[in-house]
Amino acid sequence: MTREAAFRGALLDPRAPVPAGLVDGAGRPAGRRYAVYRNNVAVSLRDALAAGFPAVAARLGPALFSDVALDYLRASPPDTPVLQHWGTGFPDYLAAHPHLADRPDLPDLARLDLLIRQSYHAADHEAADPAPLATMDEATLMTVRLRLAPSLRLLSSPWPVLSLRRVVLDGGPEPSMAPEEIVVLRPDFDPEPRALPAGGVAILSALRAGAPLGAAWQTAPDTDLGQVLAPLLETRAIVAIDA
Amino acid sequence: MSTTVKTAALVGAVAAAFATAEKAEAQAKEKCFGVSLAGENDCAAGPGTTCAGTSTVDYQGNAWTLVDAGTCSEIDLPDGREGATAAALEEEGFEGLARDLPDGTDTSVLKPV
Repeated sequence: MTREAAFRGALLDPRAPVPAGLVDGAGRPAGRRYAVYRNNVAVSLRDALAAGFPAVAARLGPALFSDVALDYLRASPPDTPVLQHWGTGFPDYLAAHPHLADRPDLPDLARLDLLIRQSYHAADHEAADPAPLATMDEATLMTVRLRLAPSLRLLSSPWPVLSLRRVVLDGGPEPSMAPEEIVVLRPDFDPEPRALPAGGVAILSALRAGAPLGAAWQTAPDTDLGQVLAPLLETRAIVAIDA
Repeated sequence: MSTTVKTAALVGAVAAAFATAEKAEAQAKEKCFGVSLAGENDCAAGPGTTCAGTSTVDYQGNAWTLVDAGTCSEIDLPDGREGATAAALEEEGFEGLARDLPDGTDTSVLKPV
């Protein structure tokens, strides 16, 4: 093993012995310095996870979140130097964590945190003027295609994760058990998660995949399409209207 | 549901969407520099960035907060300070205001005040 590999290999394992042969600038043994550095690596990555998953951190509380985060960062350390992309595997990790089996809503809470972060970092877009939609006849609306903002994200959960997120971050009573469908939109600079009526995620997924409006609605024909399109108009999330 | 009913419903749904969106149209926001209290600047960027809650000085000139559009320069600040919108600063080639800065801040892209 090269010295670099030995140095790196022991960084994420607190029980691993300090690599041999480390010296400080004056040639004295520097084992304690390595221990301090190893601690800082773990703590800074744990803090990065807490910043990236604020709802999960608030839901679990500092002590439990810290334990889980340390497990995760040792199992899945960043594989890219761009820290803002780290943590995509955290929701699945939470789902498989043996100590969190009694918290089945946690993985989707983490997915929502992640989608909001991804929405923040997604490309900007120039909104289209939606006015032509208001004057189109039925046949044209059937076949019109809407291109949606690159910052738009969708989540369908069997748990009320958006309500739960608001409760853990802002306080309030626990929401009642109900599935929720969520669209994350970014009207100005910051992402805004919104609740959709049931079927909304199916319709917006179809639209995003390029389906015409009529066919997209057909994926959830009993859904109130007006309530699905309204948030797009309100947050100027339509990039192009291809008639 | 037949296709005929479906198409007629599309016009209605789009009209309803416009009505709902108009009613709910949120007050537009803009970035306003130089008005944040220490540690209360906005940002949802997550880890690996250096923004949310990192202003260390009240009214720090290179930290921003989202405010209702048009109100940035009307915010009451002590000792004659004024906020500046990101759009106005950008037009002049600046990325913030050169006042109330932590020691050692690079002021080359900040507007002198």
